[in-house]
Amino acid sequence: MSDTAAAPVPVAEPPRLGLSPFRASLRRYAANHLAVASSVVLLLVTLACFIGPFFFPFTADDADFDNLSAPIDLFSAHLFGTDDLGRDLLLRVLVSGRVSLALGFFGAIVSVFISVLYGSAAGYLGGRIDDLMMRAVDILLSVPFIFLAIVINVMLGKNNTSLFIAVVVTLWLTPAVIARGQAVSLRSREFIEAARAGGMSSFQIILRHIAPNSINVVIVYSSLLVLETILTESFLSFLGLGVQPPAASWGTLIAEGAQKLETDPRVLLLPGAFLAAVLFCLNYITDGLRDAFDPNER
Amino acid sequence: MSDALLSVRDLKVHFPIGRGLLGRSAGSVRALDGVSLELRAGETLGIVGESGCGKSTLGRAILHLIKPTAGNVIWLGRSLHDLDATALRKERRNMQIIFQDPLASLDPRMTVGQIIARPLKTFEPALGKTETERRVLAAMQEVGLAPEMVRRYPHEFSGGQCQRIGIARAMILRPKLVVCDEPVSALDVSIQAQIINLLRRLQREHGLALLFISHNLGVVRHISHRVLVLYLGRVMEVADRDAFFARPLHPYSRALISAIPVPDPKAERARQRIVLQGDLPSPFDPPVGCRFCTRCPRATERCHREEPALLDQGAGHLAACHYAGEG
Amino acid sequence: MLSTPMSADPDAVAATAPILEVKGLAIRFKLPQGWVTAVDGVDFELRRGEVVGIVGESGSGKSQILLALMGLLAANGRASGSALFQGREILNRSARELDEVRGSAMAMIFQDPMTSLNPYMRVSDQLTEVLTTHRGVGSAEALEIAVRMLERVRIPEARRRIRLYPHEFSGGMRQRVMIAMALLCEPALLFADEPTTALDVTVQAQILELLADLARDFNAAVAIVTHDLGVIARLCDRVIVLYGGRIMEQAPIEEVFYDPRHPYTKGLLASMPRLDESPHEDLRTIPGQPRAAMGDLPGCPFAPRCEQRIARCTQETPLLLRAGDGRAAACHLVAP
Repeated sequence: MSDTAAAPVPVAEPPRLGLSPFRASLRRYAANHLAVASSVVLLLVTLACFIGPFFFPFTADDADFDNLSAPIDLFSAHLFGTDDLGRDLLLRVLVSGRVSLALGFFGAIVSVFISVLYGSAAGYLGGRIDDLMMRAVDILLSVPFIFLAIVINVMLGKNNTSLFIAVVVTLWLTPAVIARGQAVSLRSREFIEAARAGGMSSFQIILRHIAPNSINVVIVYSSLLVLETILTESFLSFLGLGVQPPAASWGTLIAEGAQKLETDPRVLLLPGAFLAAVLFCLNYITDGLRDAFDPNER
Repeated sequence: MSDALLSVRDLKVHFPIGRGLLGRSAGSVRALDGVSLELRAGETLGIVGESGCGKSTLGRAILHLIKPTAGNVIWLGRSLHDLDATALRKERRNMQIIFQDPLASLDPRMTVGQIIARPLKTFEPALGKTETERRVLAAMQEVGLAPEMVRRYPHEFSGGQCQRIGIARAMILRPKLVVCDEPVSALDVSIQAQIINLLRRLQREHGLALLFISHNLGVVRHISHRVLVLYLGRVMEVADRDAFFARPLHPYSRALISAIPVPDPKAERARQRIVLQGDLPSPFDPPVGCRFCTRCPRATERCHREEPALLDQGAGHLAACHYAGEG
Repeated sequence: MLSTPMSADPDAVAATAPILEVKGLAIRFKLPQGWVTAVDGVDFELRRGEVVGIVGESGSGKSQILLALMGLLAANGRASGSALFQGREILNRSARELDEVRGSAMAMIFQDPMTSLNPYMRVSDQLTEVLTTHRGVGSAEALEIAVRMLERVRIPEARRRIRLYPHEFSGGMRQRVMIAMALLCEPALLFADEPTTALDVTVQAQILELLADLARDFNAAVAIVTHDLGVIARLCDRVIVLYGGRIMEQAPIEEVFYDPRHPYTKGLLASMPRLDESPHEDLRTIPGQPRAAMGDLPGCPFAPRCEQRIARCTQETPLLLRAGDGRAAACHLVAP
């Protein structure tokens, strides 16, 4: 075979997509079957709570006087029975789930938002500002949580807003410390130095470089936060400091159920089971998120 | 010199170490201890030295990314020290830097296009989207990056390509000075040559002044017009490139040149090496007298006592040695 | 013929049997996307008294070859082929079997001495540990041998310094300690993975001198992995040039530098800035960039960057053909 030098043959390179680190993490998460299954279950529970009630021909407060304390009967109108006032148990749980879940997710999101900005600024700016900001956090952390909740309730009255604020005020603290730690380790990285050399102001650097690069750690922590807000809200409501009747959340239902435990355990078990299921799923989701997103794990 | 772009006078950077019980400093690391230099437009000054000599600190101190402890950096006729934070930031469009670790200097969450566009967004925020895109693509083309790479992420590129991204970002605002901090040390040999050629071309086309920091004398020789040798935070020698390599006056320069491995077995094995004894002293506690006296093969009693000044030994060739050029 | 050979008389060396024979070495890694070939088709021999340089850029697989021979491949790596050390197969052996030869007859020096020395142990303990484990000597005698070895690697005040911790030594001295540790059991085979890359250039020169002298004294077979052609020029008798996990060229030292045959070798030599060349010209470059794991694509791994490539180069992997007088090249354009 004669091998004369032909024109250079271009070598076909396999096409490569721009894979952002975020999308790479999403893929890793999707490969975790347990986490994905938990996400699906959580989604179903959420849908059930928000959309499910529309499928019931009655409301949660409707008293069905013909069926007081009806037992579980999956073929009747009241799938899980009624309580002693004739209210459908399942529907009550679903409707009150809206409050718990909404508080949980929104509380977590707001906490994350505040903590990332606060922590990134403190960590990047360093020096006295960092000291001051973190000492404030330390002081707040040392105040007993119940005490804070009571004070806020007293100041703002017992309503959902004060519950929301009480939850957020206590929960943003630890993620702020974590975000600050992340910012401190980021600030000595070369691409931050490049940003300074590029004439960016501190504000711009915090907003455009530090905060987005803390998203990994924050995502992991925010899922833990949802867990904590739901638990916290349930706890506060259980104590009577949270959601006030006639509104209900899983916490208030559990409080009710605890009182009626000897006569009618279903009233406790149903909301308890839902809460447990959600917390269970969140646990696996948190693990999955950490495995997929945490830069320290890789 | 009145036409100098950059004039550095007696620059010092000391990092305090530790604090005693009463808050008093326990001493400091004298990373830079009185460095002066000049740089003109279109010229490359090669800064050479080994670890601990302060060359990286020098680059950053000149750009005021590190605040100098003393001394003056005069840029375009104005002392940087006199500028407030905002004015200093505005001046940064004219003085840029490229780094040793190409990948680490790029934000991993931004696409190549976003990284290169960042300086535009900082200094010309009113620029429209189309115009920004046009300039980013032009910058990429100038450094030899294919335009379809614009939406990719840094981790998908090799070291050499990442360095090109860094150069595109530095060049997009047409700065007058670029500090190159060991830009090719982390790259493969065959890629080093590509990047050096690129920098040379950019300098030719734009009249760029380069401060080229490196420990690799072979590479420095290929890109510099003048060479400055640093040792333990002080200048040992400054000269035009050809004069430096033909006739180095300082014993340390001679040792550096003789230590460069040459890819030629016969020449390499026939060479008489100057092997320095001893270790690098700590910048925390530099030797009394000439900084190099503990390792210099021709140190005398005078060298241990009296620090030599940086003197012009003729034709603008400066050396800090009592016995410059002898032997 | 070189005036001062770095090693023992080359003719005498060539006459002895090889201490290490590697045939068809291939290394694959299991990644999420499947198996990826990092190294393929590597054949070479090492003899006592010679210094062989393995040169390559990133992605060439040079470090992986050493790690595979020492049994230090990562958990997701698999080596195949054959490697006979003193007549015994050492590839894919259990850790226990390898421990008999590792550290004693076969030793390795790593690139970064700070991470390869235990920072929590005194140097004396680390050195004597090697001796008491492999040579079964008592601790007092081990200390004596260790001190003498430190003196041999030219560490001043060895007896005092041996009691220090690694971080109390400078970079160059730590590398000497590593070398001392590697030589304590008088190995027949010494691997060095980029031994001077992390050091300053003036210190590099010292370490290279030391390595050359010691290799001669011990009559060991030395394989140095590096990307630095200057180091190769100073120390080696033979050179193996790697690219993309395959051997491109093998030749005695003078042939590689003065009469390279493979386009990659030529390109590599041409792209180095030389003190004896004019600095006014642009440096000659090899276009494109080195890529790793080329072993799975057909054809020569260097083809995408080769300015002399022909159609055959991207379709058919060239074999490493021997040309006599110790030379071999893997290129369709190089006649054996």
